[in-house]
Amino acid sequence: MTLATLIALPFAGGLLCWLTARYSVAACRWIALLALGIGLAWTLAYWNHGSGPDGWILEEKISWIPSLGIHFQLSLDGLSLLLIALTFFLGLLSVLISWHSIHERVGFFHFNLLWILAGTVGVFLATDLFLFFFFWEMMVLPMFLLIGIWGHANRNYAAVKFFLFTQASGLLLLVAIVGLAFAHQQQTGQLTFDYNQLLGSQLQPLAEFWLMLGFFIAFAVKLPAFPFHTWLADAHSEAPTAGSVILAGILLKTGGYGLLRFVLPLFPDASETIAPYAVLMGVIGILYGALLAFAQTDLKRLIAYTSVSHMGFILLGVFAWNEVSQQGTVIQMIAHGLSTGALFILAGFIYERIHTRDLDQMGGFRTLAPRLAAFALFFAMASLGLPGTGNFIGEFLILLGTFREHMVLTTLAATGLVAAAVYSLWIVQKVFHGKPGKTQSLPDLNRMETLILTLLLLGLVGLGLYPRPVLDVAAGPLEALRTPVYVTAVETALKEDAP
Amino acid sequence: MYDLLWLIPALPFVGFLILTLAARSLSQRVAAVIACGTVGVSAVLTLGMIAGFLWNPPADYAHTVTLWQWMPLNSLEIAFNLRIDALSLVMASVITVVGFLIHLYSSEYMQGDEAYTRFFAYLNLFVGFMLILVMADNFALLLLGWEGVGLCSYLLIGFWYQKPENGFAARKAFVVTRIGDVSLLVAVFLIFSELGTLQLSEVLALAPDRWAEGSTTAWVVSLLLLGGAVGKSAQLPLQTWLPDAMAGPTPVSALIHAATMVTAGVYLIARMHGIFELSPSAMTVVALVGTVTLLTAGCAALVQSDIKRVLAYSTISQLGYMFLALGVGAWAGALFHFMTHAWFKALLFLAAGSVIAALHHEQNIHRMGGLRKRLPVLFWTFVAGAACLAALPLVTSGFYSKEKILWDVWISPLGGPWFWSAAILGALITALYSTRLIMLVFFGEAKTEVSHRPGKRSSFVLIVLAVWSLIGGGIEVPHNFGHLTLLSNFLETAIPASVELPPGLDLQLWILLLVASAIVTGGVLATVWLYGSGSPLRQKISDRTSGLQRFWLGGWGFDTAYDRLLVQPIVWLSQINRRDGVDGLCRVAVSLGRTGHFLLSTTQQGRLRRYAIGISAGALALLILMLLQ
Repeated sequence: MTLATLIALPFAGGLLCWLTARYSVAACRWIALLALGIGLAWTLAYWNHGSGPDGWILEEKISWIPSLGIHFQLSLDGLSLLLIALTFFLGLLSVLISWHSIHERVGFFHFNLLWILAGTVGVFLATDLFLFFFFWEMMVLPMFLLIGIWGHANRNYAAVKFFLFTQASGLLLLVAIVGLAFAHQQQTGQLTFDYNQLLGSQLQPLAEFWLMLGFFIAFAVKLPAFPFHTWLADAHSEAPTAGSVILAGILLKTGGYGLLRFVLPLFPDASETIAPYAVLMGVIGILYGALLAFAQTDLKRLIAYTSVSHMGFILLGVFAWNEVSQQGTVIQMIAHGLSTGALFILAGFIYERIHTRDLDQMGGFRTLAPRLAAFALFFAMASLGLPGTGNFIGEFLILLGTFREHMVLTTLAATGLVAAAVYSLWIVQKVFHGKPGKTQSLPDLNRMETLILTLLLLGLVGLGLYPRPVLDVAAGPLEALRTPVYVTAVETALKEDAP
Repeated sequence: MYDLLWLIPALPFVGFLILTLAARSLSQRVAAVIACGTVGVSAVLTLGMIAGFLWNPPADYAHTVTLWQWMPLNSLEIAFNLRIDALSLVMASVITVVGFLIHLYSSEYMQGDEAYTRFFAYLNLFVGFMLILVMADNFALLLLGWEGVGLCSYLLIGFWYQKPENGFAARKAFVVTRIGDVSLLVAVFLIFSELGTLQLSEVLALAPDRWAEGSTTAWVVSLLLLGGAVGKSAQLPLQTWLPDAMAGPTPVSALIHAATMVTAGVYLIARMHGIFELSPSAMTVVALVGTVTLLTAGCAALVQSDIKRVLAYSTISQLGYMFLALGVGAWAGALFHFMTHAWFKALLFLAAGSVIAALHHEQNIHRMGGLRKRLPVLFWTFVAGAACLAALPLVTSGFYSKEKILWDVWISPLGGPWFWSAAILGALITALYSTRLIMLVFFGEAKTEVSHRPGKRSSFVLIVLAVWSLIGGGIEVPHNFGHLTLLSNFLETAIPASVELPPGLDLQLWILLLVASAIVTGGVLATVWLYGSGSPLRQKISDRTSGLQRFWLGGWGFDTAYDRLLVQPIVWLSQINRRDGVDGLCRVAVSLGRTGHFLLSTTQQGRLRRYAIGISAGALALLILMLLQ
């Protein structure tokens, strides 16, 4: 199986889902499960696969638009492998949670779901910038439909807002990509969108800065970083559960991935210039997101703002630009995907039972549904970064690595942990503690729901107590990304000269 | 044999897992056996390790076991390392032995509670995390234990979660201690960026080389560590959570909020003694924090009317003594007081729990009284505990440990007469409130009927703790009578145990000892006379609620101040920004778009007249323009 089929799998699966749903809804769901399951299994099989001399585990390159130097070029390394595994895993869970909650236009729903995932996998694999942009845009439209069709009451507003934000930032990305390719052409006489070749571009400082900014803003919107976060709360709270899970768990990670993969390696000098500001944005995001979370009365909106807070750490970790902080970033991305995904799933379970997201309608659920409450307690603890969960490893390593570079800002960021305790415990208090009030009966989790949450719990505890497999897989790619290309080039040249 | 040390924390975790996963299928009896059994075996193992250290110590008096690589990076290796040395073992022995006794007590006390299994699951989890905390060999693992016990404290304070005020107390405890945790975390970051390691033993070895004595870095690191310690140990200015933490079941108050978790700060400073010693001014800050805390909390304890709050403030005050001892470099003195305090305060809390249970959950001491005859076991054990707390001379362990601190404070170059006087004043206050408690609860007229008597297991635990509280002080006796220093000798292998004793101070020591004993005894006798005789002075005190009394009752107004200065502004800010000010920009853009749309669409209404007017007006305007040119 090639990398292209890894993308084709959810693509084709999605189409097939749409077609079969007319005849059998169950078949449609099973096809989606199967496609994602195969994808996950395939990804995991490459976990311990060694990488080639240039650092990629697998590479594929087919000429696409030769006159413009555009290739269908995919490459897999440890970093993309981790995020693709996360994508398929959360995708599988999304299909499972939609099993009993989505009844309208089931085929089209799964089509959109799988196409989002296909686009995301493409984003994580593409090493031709044009192709990357193609997949980047491909994620957006099905997500727009997912929110707009299966969302809650205010879904149209949220969907359009989401679409406009990502489109506008996508335009910046496109301009920056084309600009980069032209700048490279001016220098070398060759028009190419190949990531590996563009890496070595020697740019004018001013040009480098503006091109970097185009990439940076596009990724910062997706992350989302303060002040570009405002689309997130609406999109998250109005999306159906599966949509929220995929948004929080996976789509946000494409922003972090983009920063790691493109912004710093392509524009090392300009990134260094902007680093203190990016870290500042991160710190503001951490504290501002938390402040917004305190005040919410809509459960999903509250969780959405905690994402803003948690994603602030990503900016810190990426721009501190050292091994400790970047390993922390990778762990944080995965852990946030699992823990916030889980919180949205819990919110979805509660919504299915009482048909509201209003915190004031909740309370005392621990008495009514003890198992649900126990899981919620755990995921709230993960969200506040309790040691023993992956979130702690992520935040701890990020802060540890960033502290050397930015002492004051890191200290401020660390106070975000107090804020995280306040909002996480507030969720537990409002929803689960106290006496049952307006809601007097609430069925506890069924087997399937328990299974879903158990998987997420095991993932977080595993990541928290034994993160080594992840750290080992990410180590090589991160080091390669940190090493400026001209250094590598000089080293290779020296090696060739040596004998 | 030492390689088995991982079992000590692992067993309670196993207990937790069984109790959580099989909660529904376990009977209360089995659950209790599992919970007590795992902690009991841990206690036996710990005592075995101590025996091993005494007869056949490992090299360097420490043993480390690496369980697995936790965060293996190229520039930093963090392993799951457990290490025991004398300091860890002393802590672990108290945690497991007192923990076991409290488990045993709870197995009877909690009978009839619906969430019996859940209670023991949390309790086991706590013991596991606490053991990790004291056995961790690197800061990351220490944080795991540190935050883990915080979680258990939160869970157990809010154990009866249906009452909103319990939930509030639980959250308050977690959030306030987390403020301290952040300080500790920043200390860890600073240590790492300066020394490049998180391994505790390496940090202690490297620090004296890298940082000169009195260096600013050592000072900052010490104060940040102190910040973590004051959060966990409920010292000024983060002490406000502990009195409210009494919302939890009483055995929890005994285990977590008296004997073990709140001493984590003491452990942290003792463990990091090498860094504190590099910064004498930071040591003085520690001593000052301890002194001010022991006095303020002691005063607050004098006027409380809830039996558990009296004990809570007294815990804060006794922890203040430990901090004072740490601040003057009396490491062994601090740990000795930690041990004796763990015994007698656990005893007092458990006895108080039985009193409360005996009186229909009455916690107000003014509505108790006359229980001496009716609950003799409780009376005698409570008296034993209170005598230790008051440090009644010769017969109590509290006397020996407090005397050691007082003496060390007097002779230490970092201490001196001023600190000593404050500590003596604190001792007098302690004697006053301990005796007041006894007199109000057990003497005088009965005000509430006894509905329930402590069972066999409870009585057994109380008697064991009482006996041990009375005689346990014998492990460390001042040098003028007997000079027995078992504990300091043992601890000396891990930390510098005592303040250097200058020769020829015997006479001074005797005088100080007599003064302290006289003051304490005098305080006790005065209070007995005051409450026993029904003198008019007593009426005066209890009738009059002066401003000072109310001020002390509220814990010196800290809660109000924090609420006004911190909580309310943040809540206000978050409320006014609820709809996200930044999103306002988007809303402005949206409304601009809408307005533009409205304005333009009015020109496209499909009415011919308007179009005709528009066309003619446009043509006219163009004509005028042309003519003007």
